[in-house]
Amino acid sequence: MEDNTATSTTPMSTGAEALVRSLEKVGVDVMFGLPGGAILPAYDPLMDSGQIRHILCRHEQGAGHAAQGYAMTTGRVGVVMVTSGPGATNLVTPLADAMMDSVPLVAITGQVGSAMIGTDAFQEADIRGITMPVTKHSFLVTKAADIPLAIKEAFYIASSGRPGPVLVDITKDALQAKAHFEWPEEMDLPGYRPTTRPHHRQVKEAARLIAESRRPVLYVGGGIIKAHAHEELAELVRITGIPVVTTLMARGAFPDSDPLNFGMPGMHGTVPAVGALQQADLLIALGTRFDDRVTGQLDSFAPGAKVIHADIDPAEISKNRIADVPIVGDAKEVLVDLNDTLRETELPHYEPWVKLLTDMARRYPVGWEEGFDRLSPQHVIQRIGQIAGPDAYYVTGVGQHQMWAAHFLPFERAGHWLNSGGLGTMGYCVPAAMGAKVGQPDAVVWGVDGDGCFQMTNQELVTCALEGIPIKIAIINNESLGMVRQWQTLFYNARYSNTDLHSYRIPDFPKLAEAMGCVGLRAETPEEVDAVIEQAMAINDRPVVVEFVVHKDAMVWPMVAAGTSNDDIKVARDMAPKWEEEEL
Amino acid sequence: MSVLVSDNPGVLTRVAALFSRRGYNIESLAVGPTENEGISRMTIVVDVDDHVLEQITKQLNKLIEVLKIVELEPDAIRRELQVVKVRCDANTRSEILDIVQLFKAKTVDVTPDAITLVVTGNPDKLDSLLTMLEPYGIRELAQSGLVALGRGAKSISEKPRKERGQQTQR
Repeated sequence: MEDNTATSTTPMSTGAEALVRSLEKVGVDVMFGLPGGAILPAYDPLMDSGQIRHILCRHEQGAGHAAQGYAMTTGRVGVVMVTSGPGATNLVTPLADAMMDSVPLVAITGQVGSAMIGTDAFQEADIRGITMPVTKHSFLVTKAADIPLAIKEAFYIASSGRPGPVLVDITKDALQAKAHFEWPEEMDLPGYRPTTRPHHRQVKEAARLIAESRRPVLYVGGGIIKAHAHEELAELVRITGIPVVTTLMARGAFPDSDPLNFGMPGMHGTVPAVGALQQADLLIALGTRFDDRVTGQLDSFAPGAKVIHADIDPAEISKNRIADVPIVGDAKEVLVDLNDTLRETELPHYEPWVKLLTDMARRYPVGWEEGFDRLSPQHVIQRIGQIAGPDAYYVTGVGQHQMWAAHFLPFERAGHWLNSGGLGTMGYCVPAAMGAKVGQPDAVVWGVDGDGCFQMTNQELVTCALEGIPIKIAIINNESLGMVRQWQTLFYNARYSNTDLHSYRIPDFPKLAEAMGCVGLRAETPEEVDAVIEQAMAINDRPVVVEFVVHKDAMVWPMVAAGTSNDDIKVARDMAPKWEEEEL
Repeated sequence: MSVLVSDNPGVLTRVAALFSRRGYNIESLAVGPTENEGISRMTIVVDVDDHVLEQITKQLNKLIEVLKIVELEPDAIRRELQVVKVRCDANTRSEILDIVQLFKAKTVDVTPDAITLVVTGNPDKLDSLLTMLEPYGIRELAQSGLVALGRGAKSISEKPRKERGQQTQR
């Protein structure tokens, strides 16, 4: 089996060797994975790579989320390698997650031999077909000589334009065959030309709308973080004094301590953030996609606002809300151009508008009720943030604890916040925190997880313990699938069908943690909270798991019920803010 | 719309899957080679409003293997091919042959109780032909997807390429 496509002067190598060399060429230093039959040839030369550290995970889903966490904290492409069939299908969730949240990922999957494809061979799955809707692109490589080009293109596609996951499925015979190794100079992607430089005419038009507006809002999304454009955003705010709201994916893109940041908008957004969008006369949407969790009922979203929408993905513009000024481009380049243009534009003063929002923020702060017999989850999360500080990296699962974390952690730095925003993947926290810590080994990484989420992917703590990845996980244990329970409380007459996890002592989380080679701690009273957090902060040679036993009836407020208008936001059950006081 | 794609395995699946995933309905689809080796043309007919068409175009453009998309003008040259097997007997045969002539169709097979004919034309013409033939009894029908080209001397690859991402900009 030989491919003779390259010149005979280049050295011969197996497809597997070519794969490892190609990964080294594109600069991979860490990958997460789990071997198996079809990918086995690739693991042999990997053992000799002095450049690539392979972290052996316990489950392919964990490997995928770990690669996401690594990508999020480094800005580089996360790499995951698994075998065919079940190994590959276990990757579907992380791929879908990375697609929704635009995380650059390259997934390498083994495939059965090319002659076996289509025969329902052992561990055969059409993973390219299965993942087509949840990948930015995918390759099926059946020849050894084609491996270097596929890897080069995969990394380029994953990291350029709107980032996303790319799958490279390689047949076992392609890994075993010999071919001349030649690193391709050029790529063959005639249909892929992401637009990064915005049209200046559009930017000028945006500046004109900004100058005309009286109630503008910067509606900022995760694209700002992906584009490393947080400084340019801060400059825009300095120039204009326009208030900012940061979506779930953009928490930290603009410091929460800045009085012009009114927090997170959306279903569980702050009253001033939701109010700002609803009452704005201009939305300046940057790297955001008008997700239904932000807009609520679309017809009544920001009814009086014109829209400037800048995004690197043209398909996001006018998808949900028609843009008056569409700008296609990289957020950083858009902001540089916009800032230059605005410096030469005479702008109105927005003080009355800012004052109105500031008053709203003062009257409707995000808070919680104490007075239950158990810990308040919000208090626990706030204390973790206060003790670990804004330089730590924070990773969450999905649900109530995620929303509380989005409100009560300190958001001062871009890229220090990782969560599953679009797909809402329970189980994201532990493996993603592992990847985050690998990407930022000198930083403190705290996972804030729920008891439900934790039970989905905690096996990766074994990986952390053995690989020397000392993350810290806080389990906010309310003994239930809290967010679903909250909806049952509000919309299903408090009939708690299948949301009670009975997880008081079963499992015994600290014991479970200890069994996995971690330190296990628990806090049940307010006095213990700070002590266990401090204790966890002091341990740096092993992963730490801290269980906080909290009361189960805490709810996430404010809330806009699904499918209703943002104007119907409730700050607590049956308590709506008074918009009528907000007239300018 | 006319969509030029790289002729790679799986590209049809990608395009079809995109329509399905985004909830768009394909009325007709035809795929074939072009004058350039390695590039195929898909002619896709959809019945949607302008906003949805813009979304389809943008989503298709995101596929790495899609090279170019052109929305064909209403006056584009459009043809379908139809093969029809019509029931006949000695009394109706000549009537059917009259219709065949009228529509510039071709008779390709005749048996004592059936005539098979081939016809090309725009969808309206083929519809009318079917309406005319229906009373005699249509035994079997095969029809191609629509293929189309814009009028004039220019080719799709010469027309200024809609810059990826600039379609929404006014």
